Amino acid sequence: MIARVVAGLVVVSVAGATAGPSHLPPPAGTISGKVTYTGTPPKMRPIDMAKEPACVTDHPTPVMTQDVVTGSANSVRYVVVYISGGDQGAPAATDTVRYDQKGCLYIPHVAVMQVHQPLEIFNDDPHSHNIHPLARVNPEWNKSQPKGAPPIRTAWDQPEFIPVKCNVHPWMHGYFAVLATSHFSMTDSTGEFSITGLPPGTYTVTAWHERFGTKSQEVTVAGSETKTANFVLTARPY
Amino acid sequence: MGRLFAVVVTLIALASATIFALHIWWLPPDISTHGARIDRQLNETMVVAGVLFVLGQLALAFFVWRFSTREGGPPRPSRAFPGGPTPLVVLATVLVGVEILVLTFVGSKVWADVYQTPPAPGALQIEVVGEQFAFYFRYAGADGKFGAMHPELMNDATQNFFGLDPANDTTARDDIVVGSLVIPVNQPVVLRLHAKDVNHSFYVPELRIQQDFVPGMVIPLHFTATKPGKYELVCTQLCGLGHYNMRAYVEVKTRPEFDQWLKERAAEL
Amino acid sequence: MAQGKGGRAVTHGAATGHAPAQSFLRRHVFSVDHKVIGRQYLDLALVAVVTGMVLSWIMRLHLGWPETPVPGLGKLAPTGAAGGVITPEFYLALMTMHGTIMVFFVLTTAPFAGFGNFFLPIHVGAEDMAFPRINMTSFWVTLAAFLVLVSAFFVGDGPPLSGWTAYAPLSAVGKDAGPGQGVGQTLWAVSIAMFCVAQLLGSLNFIATTLDLRTRGMSLARLPFATWAWFITSVIGLVAFAVLMPACILLILDRVAGTSFFIPAGLVISDRLQPHAGGSPLLWQHLFWFFGHPEVYIAILPGFGIVSQILPVFARKPLLGPRVFIVCLIAIAFLSYTVWGHHMFLSGMNPVSATLFSVPTLVITIPATIICLLWIGTLYGARLRFTTAALFALGFVSVFVSGGISGFFLAQPSTDIYLHGTYFVVAHFHFVMGVAAMFGIFAGTYFWFPKMFGRMMNETLGKWHFWLTFIGVYCVFMPMHYLGLAGNVRRYSAFTDDYLQPLIPLHRFITIAALFTGAVQLIFLFNLIRSRLRGPVAPANPWEATTLEWSTSSPPPHDNFGGHPPVVTHGPNEFGGVGPQDYVMQAEPR
Repeated sequence: MIARVVAGLVVVSVAGATAGPSHLPPPAGTISGKVTYTGTPPKMRPIDMAKEPACVTDHPTPVMTQDVVTGSANSVRYVVVYISGGDQGAPAATDTVRYDQKGCLYIPHVAVMQVHQPLEIFNDDPHSHNIHPLARVNPEWNKSQPKGAPPIRTAWDQPEFIPVKCNVHPWMHGYFAVLATSHFSMTDSTGEFSITGLPPGTYTVTAWHERFGTKSQEVTVAGSETKTANFVLTARPY
Repeated sequence: MGRLFAVVVTLIALASATIFALHIWWLPPDISTHGARIDRQLNETMVVAGVLFVLGQLALAFFVWRFSTREGGPPRPSRAFPGGPTPLVVLATVLVGVEILVLTFVGSKVWADVYQTPPAPGALQIEVVGEQFAFYFRYAGADGKFGAMHPELMNDATQNFFGLDPANDTTARDDIVVGSLVIPVNQPVVLRLHAKDVNHSFYVPELRIQQDFVPGMVIPLHFTATKPGKYELVCTQLCGLGHYNMRAYVEVKTRPEFDQWLKERAAEL
Repeated sequence: MAQGKGGRAVTHGAATGHAPAQSFLRRHVFSVDHKVIGRQYLDLALVAVVTGMVLSWIMRLHLGWPETPVPGLGKLAPTGAAGGVITPEFYLALMTMHGTIMVFFVLTTAPFAGFGNFFLPIHVGAEDMAFPRINMTSFWVTLAAFLVLVSAFFVGDGPPLSGWTAYAPLSAVGKDAGPGQGVGQTLWAVSIAMFCVAQLLGSLNFIATTLDLRTRGMSLARLPFATWAWFITSVIGLVAFAVLMPACILLILDRVAGTSFFIPAGLVISDRLQPHAGGSPLLWQHLFWFFGHPEVYIAILPGFGIVSQILPVFARKPLLGPRVFIVCLIAIAFLSYTVWGHHMFLSGMNPVSATLFSVPTLVITIPATIICLLWIGTLYGARLRFTTAALFALGFVSVFVSGGISGFFLAQPSTDIYLHGTYFVVAHFHFVMGVAAMFGIFAGTYFWFPKMFGRMMNETLGKWHFWLTFIGVYCVFMPMHYLGLAGNVRRYSAFTDDYLQPLIPLHRFITIAALFTGAVQLIFLFNLIRSRLRGPVAPANPWEATTLEWSTSSPPPHDNFGGHPPVVTHGPNEFGGVGPQDYVMQAEPR
C-alpha cells in the first residue's frame, strides 16, 4: 500500500517537472467593440414625474426617457453584450449586484448579473416604491419597499431578461439581465463594450437592447489578443 | 347615573355640532361653475341634519334626566306618551317626508346638471387613462384628432400609456401625453375616462366632481374651472396597493399660459 | 303533554324534542341544543371581534405614524412588514380582513345567530329550533368558513386587498392584479360562499321555528320584539344571501375557470393583456350591493329588537307603539331591497337611476326615525333604572341617531358627488354598524348573561366599560366626518397627498382614541371571564322582565322549560303600575 502511494507521488512529480511552467495564468483574450444604430431612433423625451414632487426636485433638469439612450456617432447605451455560445466562464459570481431606486429612477437602468448572483435592491427615496420584476421564466414577484425598509435580497435561478417596473411610479422601468455566462459587458455612453478573460475558442457574441432587439456574431479568440466585434442595430422612430 | 348620561350626551352633541357649524374642517373653496349648487345642497342638508341631530340627542338626554328613578323618591306609576305613538308617527312622516321631497326635488336638478346634461359645444376634449397607479392625459395635438387606443400596445416602459400606434396611425403622432391635467380657466372641458386595468375614480375636491373609471366603458365627464391654481386629482376607488399614491396635479392656467404650455409639449414630440 | 300552535298536542320529545346528550363531546361540542349552538356562535364572534379589533389597531397605528416600525410585526409578517414597517399591500390586506371579519363573523353572527339561536326558541316557548341538526350544521359551516378566511393570512401571497366589497376586476383577474390577489382572494370568496350556506340554513330554521313551534297562547302579536327582529332578519337574509352565494361562485369561476362574468376585454394588467372578454364590472357591484344593503339591515335589526326588548324592562313601562314598531321593521326590511344603487351613484351606471335609488333611500329614513322616536317616547314618564344593559340600550339610541343622520348626506346623489369615497362614509357606517350594532351586542350580553350562564356580571365594571366606550367611540368616529368634509379619501394606506397633510394630526387623535377604546374592552373581557367563574348566582328573573326566558331557571334546563311548556297569556310589553310587582309576565296564569 505505502509502496503504491510513493510510486504515485513519484509519477506526479515527474509529470509536473516535465510539463510547462504551471504558475503562469492561461491566455485570456478580449472581445471589444462598439454598438451603433442605423435608421431613426425614437426621440428621447423628458419623463413626466409630476405625481411625485420629491422626485421632480431631485432632478434640476428633467430626466430623459431611458429605453433608448443614444450618444455621439450613433452610439447606443445600455446594450448588454455577452457570450451566448462557447465557454461560459466561471459559474455564479459571489459579489453582490446593487440596484438602487433613487429620484424615482432605477440605477443602473439595466443591471447585469449572473444566475444565482446575489442582488440587493435599495430604496433611497423618501417614499415608498414597489418593485415588480416581470419575470416569465423565473418566479415573478411584486413587493413594496417603504421608506426605511431593509434592502431586498434575492437571486435569480434562470437566465432571462427581466423587465422591472414600479407600479406606483409607472415611468420607472429597468431591466435585470440575468445571464448564464460570466463573460458579459454593457455599453456605456460612448457605445463601447469590452469582454475580457476569454480562453481561446470560438464564441457567439450576442448584443441585446430592450427596443432594438438582438444581434449575434461569431468571434474566434486565440491567445491573449483583442478582437473587435461591432454591432449595428436597426432603429425605428416608433 | 341618568344625569351623567344626559350631561355627556348633551356635551357630545353640542361639541360635535359646533365643530361642524364653525367649519373648522370643511370643504376647500369651490372652483367650478356647477359647484355652488352642490355646496348649497350640502349646507341645507347640514342644517337639517344638524337640527335633527341636536334635537334628537337633547330629547334623549332630557328624557333620561327627567325620568330617572330617584333614590328614596315616592313610587309613581309610569305615564304613557300623550297621544300614544300617533303624534310621533305623524311628526316623523311629515317632518322627514317634507324634507325628503324638498331635498330630492332640488337635489335631482343639481345632480342632473352635472351628469345628465351634455358638455358645452366647443369644450376642450381631453382623454384620460387611469392605470395602476397613475393618471395620464392626452391632448389631440395639431390635427385635432385622437389616435386610436390599442390595449395590446400599451407599454409603460416606452411611455406609451394610451397604446397608440404612431408607426401606422398618423393621427396618433401628434398626440400629447402628459402626467398632469392642464386646462385653461373658464374653458369647458370634457374628459373621456378610460380604465386600463381595474376600477379607478376621478376626484378633485375643489372641482366638486367625482366619477369612477370602469374597465370596458368610456365615461364622459365635463366641468369648467373658474380659478387658476394647482389642485390635486386623487383616486377614490380602491385599485390595488398604490391606490394611496395615485394622484395627478390639475393645473388651471390662464389662456395664454395654457397655449404656451401646449406649444412646449408639442415641441417635445 | 306539550301543546303546539293551535292546541295540537305534541308529545314530549317528538319532532323537535330530543333527550339530553350524555357524552362530553355531544353535550358541549357537537351539540344540537340551540343554547349550546348559540353560545358557540357567540364564542366565535368574540374571537372574531378581537381579531378584527387588533387588525384595526395596526391599521390606525400605520395611518398615524406610517414610517414607524410596529414592534414585533416584522417577525409575524416578514414580507408584509419587513422590519416592522407596513407595506401598502399589507395595510390593504389588514383592512380587507378587518371589514370581512367584522361584517360577517361579528355583526351577522353575534346578534343574530348568537343571541337568536339561544333565545328565539325560548321566546316562542319551544324546546329547541325546528331543525336542531341543521342548526348544528350551520354553526360548524360558519366556523369552517371563518377558518378558511383566516387561512388567507398564511398563503404565500397573503390575504386579499380588494376590500370587503371585492370589486371586480381587481378581485376577478387573479394574481396579475398584484400582491394579495392570488390564492388569498379565492379563499376569501370560498369562505363567504360557505358563510352564505350557513346563514341560509340558519334563516330557514329561525323562520320555521317562529311560525310553527310557538307554544299555546303565543300568537304572532305576542312575540317579543327581539324575536320579531330575528324573524324579519331571517327573511331578509334568505333573499340576500341567496344572491351573494352565486355571486361569489361566479367570482371564483372568473378567477380559476377562465370565465368572464365580471371582466371585459382589453384589460392590460402587469403588462399582460388579460385573456377575458364580455364581462361587466358593474354586474359584480349590482350583485354585491343587492346583498350588501340588506346585509347592513341584517346587522342592525337584531339590535333594534334587543333595544326594544331591554328599554321597557329598565324604564318600567311598555315600549311605545309596539305594533307601529313591528310595521316599521317590516317596512325597513321591504325597502332595504330597493336601495342598493345608492352605493353606486358614481359607478358609471345610468345617472337617472341614481335619482331613482335615492328616493327609497331617503324614504327608509321615515320608519327608522319613527323607531327612534318610539324609543325616546318610551322614556317619557318612565322610571329608569340604570343597569349596564340599560345604559348600552340608551347609548344605542344616541349612536344610531348620530350614524343614521350622516346617511342623509350620502343618500342624495348631489352631495354624494363630494362625499363618496371619503372618510365621511367610513364615519357613517362605523357609527351604525361598528358602534350601534356593537352596543346592541353589549346590551344583549349584559342583559342575557345571567340567563345564559346562571351568574350575574359585575355592574361596576360594566358601567366603567360603558362610559369609557361611549366617550371613546365618539372620539374615534365623530372626527371622521370632519375628515370626510375636508375631502380625505378612504382606503388610503398613507396620506402623502399635499391636501391631506394638515389632517394628519386629526388622524393621530383618532388613532390614540381607538387604541384607548380598544384597551377599554379588556374590562369587558375580564368581566365576562370573571363572572363566568365567580359571578354571584343569578335568580330566574333578576331584571323583573316579562318574556318567557325569565320564566325558567338561569340557565334554562335542557328542554328550556323543565317539561312544563309555558302557556302564554300576555304580550311582552306589560309594564307599569305601582306596587311591588309593576309588570306581568307572558306566562302569568290569568
